[in-house]
Amino acid sequence: MARTVTTQRKTLNTALAWAVGLLIFFPILWTILTSFKTEAQAIASPPIFLNFDWTLENYAIVQERSDYMRFLWNSVIIAGGSTVLGVIVAIPAAWAMAFVPSKRTKDILLWMLSTKMLPAVGVLYPIYLLFIQLGLLDSRGGLVVVLMLINLPIIVWMLYTYFREIPGEILEAARMDGATLKEEILYILTPMAIPGIASTVLLNFILAWNEAFWTLNLTAVDAAPLTAFIASYSSPEGLFFAKLSAASTMAIAPILILGWFSQKQLVRGLTFGAVK
Amino acid sequence: MATQHSRSVARLMMAPAVVLLLGWMLVPLTMTLYFSFKKYLPLRGGDLGWVGFDNYVRFVSSSSFWPAVQATLVIVGGVLVITVILGILLAMLLDQPMWGQGVVRILVIAPFFVMPTVSALVWKNMFMDPVNGLLAHLWRFFGAEPISWLSEASMTSIVMIVSWQWLPFATLILLTAIQSLDSEQLEASEMDGAPVLKRFYHIILPHLGRAITIVILIQTIFLLSIFAEIFVTTGGAFGTRTLTYMIFQRVLESQNVGLGSAGGVYAIILANIVAIFLMRIVGKNLDA
Repeated sequence: MARTVTTQRKTLNTALAWAVGLLIFFPILWTILTSFKTEAQAIASPPIFLNFDWTLENYAIVQERSDYMRFLWNSVIIAGGSTVLGVIVAIPAAWAMAFVPSKRTKDILLWMLSTKMLPAVGVLYPIYLLFIQLGLLDSRGGLVVVLMLINLPIIVWMLYTYFREIPGEILEAARMDGATLKEEILYILTPMAIPGIASTVLLNFILAWNEAFWTLNLTAVDAAPLTAFIASYSSPEGLFFAKLSAASTMAIAPILILGWFSQKQLVRGLTFGAVK
Repeated sequence: MATQHSRSVARLMMAPAVVLLLGWMLVPLTMTLYFSFKKYLPLRGGDLGWVGFDNYVRFVSSSSFWPAVQATLVIVGGVLVITVILGILLAMLLDQPMWGQGVVRILVIAPFFVMPTVSALVWKNMFMDPVNGLLAHLWRFFGAEPISWLSEASMTSIVMIVSWQWLPFATLILLTAIQSLDSEQLEASEMDGAPVLKRFYHIILPHLGRAITIVILIQTIFLLSIFAEIFVTTGGAFGTRTLTYMIFQRVLESQNVGLGSAGGVYAIILANIVAIFLMRIVGKNLDA
C-alpha cells in the first residue's frame, strides 16, 4: 500500500533531499569544474563557479607530464586481473558451499571472513620482504595476487549469497534428467548465476581500483596505479589546483560511472549478506 | 541429497580458495610474530638476535604510543558518531516520497567511489588550503580569519574527510534497512496519532538496531586501518599519527622491523576483538 502524501510535503522533501545531495556531491562537482579552469581562475577570489573560460589544457598537461595513460593501464590490469583471478578461484568454492553444504560450511565462511579482518599494517613487512625476495616489488603481477587475496573473502561471500538463492530443485531435476556435473554448471547454473557474478565482478573491481595501502607501499614507478599517481600530487609545485583537479577527475571518472551501476550490490557485498 | 561423491567433489572445489587464504593468513602472520621477538634492523646490522618481549614493551612504553591510541580512538569514534547519526537522518529523508529520488541517491553515494588519495588531496588543497581553499574564501566572506585546517584543526579535518567518504556507506545500508520496514506498521502508528519522535524511537530505531550494529562494526574495521588519508594530508604530523600510521613509520620509514612487528601484533589483536562481534552477527544470519 502506497503512502499518500500531499504535494506540499513531497515538494518539501524534494527540496531538502536535493539540497543535501548536492552538498554531499559538491566536492566532486567542484573538482570537475576546476579541472576546466585555468590555474589563475582556479584560485580566483572570490571563487568562480561557472562563468569561466572552459579549457582542456589541464588534461593535456597532466597526460604529457605524468603519462596518465600508463597509470590508468596499471590500474586496469591490477584491478581487472585481481578480480578475474579472484572470481575464477571463488566460483567453485561458492558453488560447493551453496549446493553441497556440510556442517563445516558455516565455519569455513566465517573463517574466510576473518582473514579479511587482518589489518594490512600487521603484515606489511612480511609481504614487503617476500616481494623483495621474489622480485615482485613494483610489479603488476605481485599486486594482482595481493589484491586478489584481500578481496577473495568478499568475492566468495557475495557469490555464495547469490548462489544460495538459486533453487536447488532445478539442479536436481537436471541431474535426474541425466545432466553431468559439467553440463549442470555450464547450462543450468551459469545462466542463472550471471547477474550475481556480474555484480560481484563490478564491486570487486571498484574495491581493487580504490585500494590505497598495498598499491602505495608496494609500487614505485613501473607498476604504480592511479592511487599512487594521485599521491604524487601531494607535494605542490606552484599553481596546481586545476591540474590536480584534472588528474583527480581522470582517476575517479571511470569508477564513478561503474559505481552508479552497483549501488544495490554494494550493500550486499560489504555487509557479507547480513543486510540485503 | 548430497552423496559421498559430490561431497568429495565439493571439497576439491573449495580447496584452491581455502589453501590460498590459509597461506595468505599463516605465512605473513608467522613472519610478523617471528620478527616481533627479534631485534631486527635491516639497514643497521640486520638480525641482531632474540629479545623476548622487549619489542612489545618498548612499543607501548614509547612516548608516541598513547597519543597514537588517542588519535585512533578520536578518528574512529568521531567518524562513527557522525556517519551513523547523519546516516540515519539521511536514510529517513531519502525514504520519503520525492521527485528525482534516483538522482539524489546517486549524488549521496558518489563519495564512496572516490579513491582515498583523491578525496584526501582534493579536501587538503581545494577546500582546506588556508589561502586559496574554498573554506578560506567562505571564512573571509563572513569576515573571519581563515583556518589552516590541517595544522590547527588537524583531527577535525581528518574526521571531516573520512566522514565524507563513509557517510554514503552508512546511509546506503541504513536506507536498505528502512525500506524493509513494514510500512503498514508505520501507517498504523501514524493513524493512531503517534508523534514523529515517538514513531522514531519505538518503531524505526529498534528496527534499525541490527543495521546500525553492522555499520559500526564494519566501519570500525576499515577505520582502524585508515592510511592514505593521513599519508597524503599530514603525514602523521600535528597529532594525527594513528596506530596504523605509527606501525607503518616504524617498519618502512625507520626500518625497525622488530618494533613495528610487535605493533602489528597489537593491531591484529585489536582488529580481532572487533571482528569477533561482527562474526557473531553474520554467523547468526547464516543460520536463518
